[in-house]
Amino acid sequence: MSDARLTDPAVDAADATLLQKRVDRRRALGILLGGAAVATQAAAACSPVAPLSDEEREVKLLAWREYIKGNYRFMTEAERAETIARLERIAKVKRGVDVRIQSTGAQPGVEFGYAFNISKCKGFRSCVQACINENNLDRRAATQYIRIFEMENGVVDLEEADATFQHEVPAEGHFYMGTQCFQCANPPCVKVCPVGATWQEPDGITVIDYDWCIGCRYCMAACPYWARRFNWSEPEVPVDQLNPNQHYLGNRARKTGVVEKCTFCIHRTRQGRLPACAEACPTGARVFGNLLDPDSEIRWVLANKKVFRLKEDLNTEPRFWYFTD
Amino acid sequence: MHLWAFGLSALRSATTGGRRYHVWMGTLTLIMLVGAYAYSLQLRHGLGVTGLSDHVSWGLYISNFTFLVGLAAAAMMLVLPAYILHDVDFSRAVLMAEAVAVSALVMCLSFVVVDIGNPLGGWHLLPGIGYLNWPRSLLAWDVLVLNGYLAINLAIPFYILYSRYCGRAPDKRKYLPWMYLAVMWAVSIHLVTAFLLAGLPARPFWNTALLGPRFLASAFTAGPAFVILLLSFIKRETSYPIAEGAFTKLALITTVAAQINFVMLGSELFYKFYSPTLHGINARYLFFGVHGHHALVPWIWTAIGLGAAATLALMIHPIRRNPRYLAIACAALFVGIWVEKGIGLVVPGFVPSPLGELVEYTPSLVELGVTAGIWALGMFVLTVLVRVALPIELGQVRSPYLDDTPAAPIVRPRSSRVAARDTGPVRTR
Repeated sequence: MSDARLTDPAVDAADATLLQKRVDRRRALGILLGGAAVATQAAAACSPVAPLSDEEREVKLLAWREYIKGNYRFMTEAERAETIARLERIAKVKRGVDVRIQSTGAQPGVEFGYAFNISKCKGFRSCVQACINENNLDRRAATQYIRIFEMENGVVDLEEADATFQHEVPAEGHFYMGTQCFQCANPPCVKVCPVGATWQEPDGITVIDYDWCIGCRYCMAACPYWARRFNWSEPEVPVDQLNPNQHYLGNRARKTGVVEKCTFCIHRTRQGRLPACAEACPTGARVFGNLLDPDSEIRWVLANKKVFRLKEDLNTEPRFWYFTD
Repeated sequence: MHLWAFGLSALRSATTGGRRYHVWMGTLTLIMLVGAYAYSLQLRHGLGVTGLSDHVSWGLYISNFTFLVGLAAAAMMLVLPAYILHDVDFSRAVLMAEAVAVSALVMCLSFVVVDIGNPLGGWHLLPGIGYLNWPRSLLAWDVLVLNGYLAINLAIPFYILYSRYCGRAPDKRKYLPWMYLAVMWAVSIHLVTAFLLAGLPARPFWNTALLGPRFLASAFTAGPAFVILLLSFIKRETSYPIAEGAFTKLALITTVAAQINFVMLGSELFYKFYSPTLHGINARYLFFGVHGHHALVPWIWTAIGLGAAATLALMIHPIRRNPRYLAIACAALFVGIWVEKGIGLVVPGFVPSPLGELVEYTPSLVELGVTAGIWALGMFVLTVLVRVALPIELGQVRSPYLDDTPAAPIVRPRSSRVAARDTGPVRTR
């Protein structure tokens, strides 16, 4: 599993020097343009036509700084702290909410894996609801990362399955199978991104920098598991339902025109908690854990159950297994 | 000095003309304005105003993009014999073909831009201040090859026209190496665009080795077909001398390419339907419909019908040699391939989704408006380019700073009505 990882320390180091240069250049540009922006804003402030309040001006300046920032993957720790401070401030001024955005990195010796017990799932979709609440998914478009497919006994065929069932579950003679992002070890979505806005973290989670994504949707075409979602219009989450515990690479506010996806609840799992879907499951069908920990439940399942993965022939090496009792 | 005069005279050429010319340009401007308004709606509300969804995440925009890349590439089909094989018949047609390439590229790049959800983040692509994921991402390759191709296709005709304008013969040693490069580049832009789709195992409909060659064959059908339509219009409306031989050869190229295209389509159909696998369901959706969903079925059969009829007609010598029938056949091929390689190629890749869910796609009014606007933009660019190039090529326009300025012919009987347009069969009367 871990040998499938594509990181090479030498390449990383070379990348880092290169990117340092890139970042410096960008910073210089930023200072130049930022100065221009401040001047424009000062002029606007003096004009009698559109008097901006202090807060409006602050948000505009913050938004400009956000616009010229770089790709999160290549930011220094200081730059990460700065952008997080800006994003938290924007949330406060624009929506009046106190959000906490983490930048917790991958923990050493951790590679996440997931197993799904087909025998136990009864199609309640508590996981779907928990995921919506936890990850601040767009309520207006009813975005969902998790699909639960209802299938007739005897046929494991997604094409004949129904993911939009609206009746009492479990239905007689049917079983259920859930899909979400499988956090592939060989992710086809990552290599197609023209701007490197999506990548695989050392703990195996494939993440997106929502502010670096240009919204070309090539990754959506490349994903064999239909795991990625696009913000077709301004995402809406009512303030009273907003989860303020956020991660830069996870459930923070998204904007129109960018792609998002399941991150195994990166803001929870990197702090040693279960993903919301696994925690919410009332039947115990969901097993989550550290693949590098020999005593973990996921390792026990992999060692003792007959497991399979979806579309093995595509060589994507999902970190998501199915098994039965 | 010459350059300034060149710019001014180009502007003059592009803005003067008869009533029909102004009506044509006015209509295009109107359609572009409608497109701009539609795009402003999309910018304000997001791509949600299109018919796209998480299931069908690419639609009309990318369909037009894949088709037009082919049109741009095919222009080089004419450059090849004209400049490398020293075929005189073609040399006059080549500038027109390059104009077609440039306008097709302008449309391609516009379709990509309007398809992007976060166009303000476009600078993220720029190496240096952004990050271009090259060579891993095929889309990064496409960004490079398309822009490079546009630069070459602007530079070569500009050099040739500007030399003539300054009263010099263009120096072959200066532009021929670029021409060779452009020919190879033409093949590359189309292969890269095909690989962009073919490189996705997630979409078995595209994930076939034949996609690249099929793209080339269909491009070399639709491209020369369009150039034939353009040239026959120019020949009819202006005094620009285009040899009959150019038409004969173009028609031959079109016919052979159309035949090869059909062989490849046949191979594809055999592969998908002789031993149908689960992976063939997208093709089944396209050609026959699946579970009562068959939005594309009438489109694809119309396209195949048009293509087959036109190909058969072109194989009969008397028909191919008759300018009127030739034009009708070319228009039919052009439209047929637009469907086959546009929505008939892109949309079925998404229906059903990789998880077997069947969600269909219908473009919205906004999408249609933007698409019409971009086509109008392309035709506008093409008209301007042809309009600027023709008088220089005819020797009617020369730099005023030349010592021995040959007096420009004062009487320009028909050339004042020059206009380039997508001559459909209706206009060939």
